[in-house]
Amino acid sequence: MTAASRASSLGVIKPEHAHFDDVLYLESGEVLDEFELVYETYGDLRSDGSNAILICHALSGNHHAAGFHSEADTKPGWWNTVIGPGKPIDTDRFFVVCPNNIGGCNGSTGPASISKTTGKPWGSLFPQVTVIDWVESQKRLAQHLGINQWAAVVGGSLGGMQALQWSVTYPDWVAHCVVIAAAPGLTAQNIAFNEIARQAIFSDPDWCGGDYIDANTAPEKGMALARMVGHLTYMSADNMSDRFGRELRHGSFDPDDDEQPIFQVESYLRYQGSQFATRFDANTYVLMTRALDRFDLAATSDGDLARALEHASAEFLILSFSSDWRFSPARSREITTALLAAGKRVTYSNLESDAGHDAFLLEDADYIALLHAWMQRVAA
Amino acid sequence: MMLRSDVETIAGWVGNGSKVLDLGCGSGDLLAKLSLEKGIDGVGVDIDTQNLTTALTKGLRVIQQDMEDGLPNFENTQFDVVIIADSLQVLKRPHAMLTRVVQIGHEAIVSFPNFGHWRSRLSLLLSGRMPKTKALPYSWFDTPNIHFCTVADFESLCRQLDIEIIERKVSGDRTYLAKIWPNIFAKSASYRIRHR
Repeated sequence: MTAASRASSLGVIKPEHAHFDDVLYLESGEVLDEFELVYETYGDLRSDGSNAILICHALSGNHHAAGFHSEADTKPGWWNTVIGPGKPIDTDRFFVVCPNNIGGCNGSTGPASISKTTGKPWGSLFPQVTVIDWVESQKRLAQHLGINQWAAVVGGSLGGMQALQWSVTYPDWVAHCVVIAAAPGLTAQNIAFNEIARQAIFSDPDWCGGDYIDANTAPEKGMALARMVGHLTYMSADNMSDRFGRELRHGSFDPDDDEQPIFQVESYLRYQGSQFATRFDANTYVLMTRALDRFDLAATSDGDLARALEHASAEFLILSFSSDWRFSPARSREITTALLAAGKRVTYSNLESDAGHDAFLLEDADYIALLHAWMQRVAA
Repeated sequence: MMLRSDVETIAGWVGNGSKVLDLGCGSGDLLAKLSLEKGIDGVGVDIDTQNLTTALTKGLRVIQQDMEDGLPNFENTQFDVVIIADSLQVLKRPHAMLTRVVQIGHEAIVSFPNFGHWRSRLSLLLSGRMPKTKALPYSWFDTPNIHFCTVADFESLCRQLDIEIIERKVSGDRTYLAKIWPNIFAKSASYRIRHR
């Protein structure tokens, strides 16, 4: 943590844990007899509980959204650009809650947790959870914290899907809803990318049908490949050209050179893949991608998105990024159009960016200014 | 820049609590005024991110989009009033826009600078150059105003498009002259129109 980053950030944050003994009935029909959530909070909850904001994380995210975990920590939480004192999600005004979702691998109950029934890691036996299940578990956390309405529910990508789901499942709970770089349901192309990632994991001999922890191994090669595919789809072609071009990392095309030529982009993707493989659980990755695939807000209204949203009472902010092709602006416009048709209060912006889907996590002056301006209406 | 009198004219025409769409809302001054004075349920459309951000600080709701994309995301008769204030002249296809706004609004309000104003005529007549005025300071080759029209042009277009003019108000140096002979003396004109 440098002096500069410390000044504009929350400093050292300690994650908290909550244990829930009541059965959680899952959308799949299965049950979790009990579960644990790890979460972080930033700012202070007002005595009337009116200033709470829920942050929903995306596929590879977790509860560590802002601040640092120690004085020596150099990497802040994944949304430190947006959450903090004086930032768009202003911790001087709001009490911000960010849990790690169930099924995750950062401390909340998930496939790597020990199952009480078997005394072994859940592994392949961990039930499939969905966006609706996350909303239920997040609601339990809210009640545990003494919150009975969110001033805002905010999320990007898979997190945006949770925010949308909150607005229709518990309309009275959600005063404001911020949906960034999301979609009302994945396209066939998007599901296909997730399936390639899963097949990469399944094809690793160390996958062991999902019970690799028991076998004292991990499908790191498969995970790295899955992440390479995923990561590629989060960037834009222009952005990749700018960053890597055709530059070589090692070797040359000289026939006399013994070293194989390796492009910068190859080296980058391999690094991203192998880093991810060591920090993320394969079962969680499979589960999260399936939760993404299964999310379909309009499923219960015969594909009519406006009807699906008719009971929502939140004021909405829908954001997309111009170069995002994994969750394209067209998908955000679908949500916006449905909200308008349903007579809901909505603002939509398609922000100019060449960073692809990743833009929602990056610092950009226009993005920050717009979010900051909109958040002023959220009463603390 | 909109004339103050046009803003007052528009505000006078918008009913309390009505559903309003402001096309080309800019930084939202008109919407903010209508929200405050008329308690409207309003939404703006604008393409510019900076405009949007400024409008959002005023608590307004805005959809970022090119208003000339045919506005497919709005349904017919979705609004009580659709406003095009001082931006008809910047559109590529103003006739298509007029046709569309009387569909999505029960009524539309359109205001624009009158290019038939005597100063513009005199300037072109005497100098032989495209007029530049305080209100319209751009050079012909670098101006957002690509489709100027006169009061007479607009009214003729409405007839062609089968659009009914419910009411007209003009503003000029001497408003009584502008009322009698708007095509020459009106600096700007505002119309309430609807589909016939």
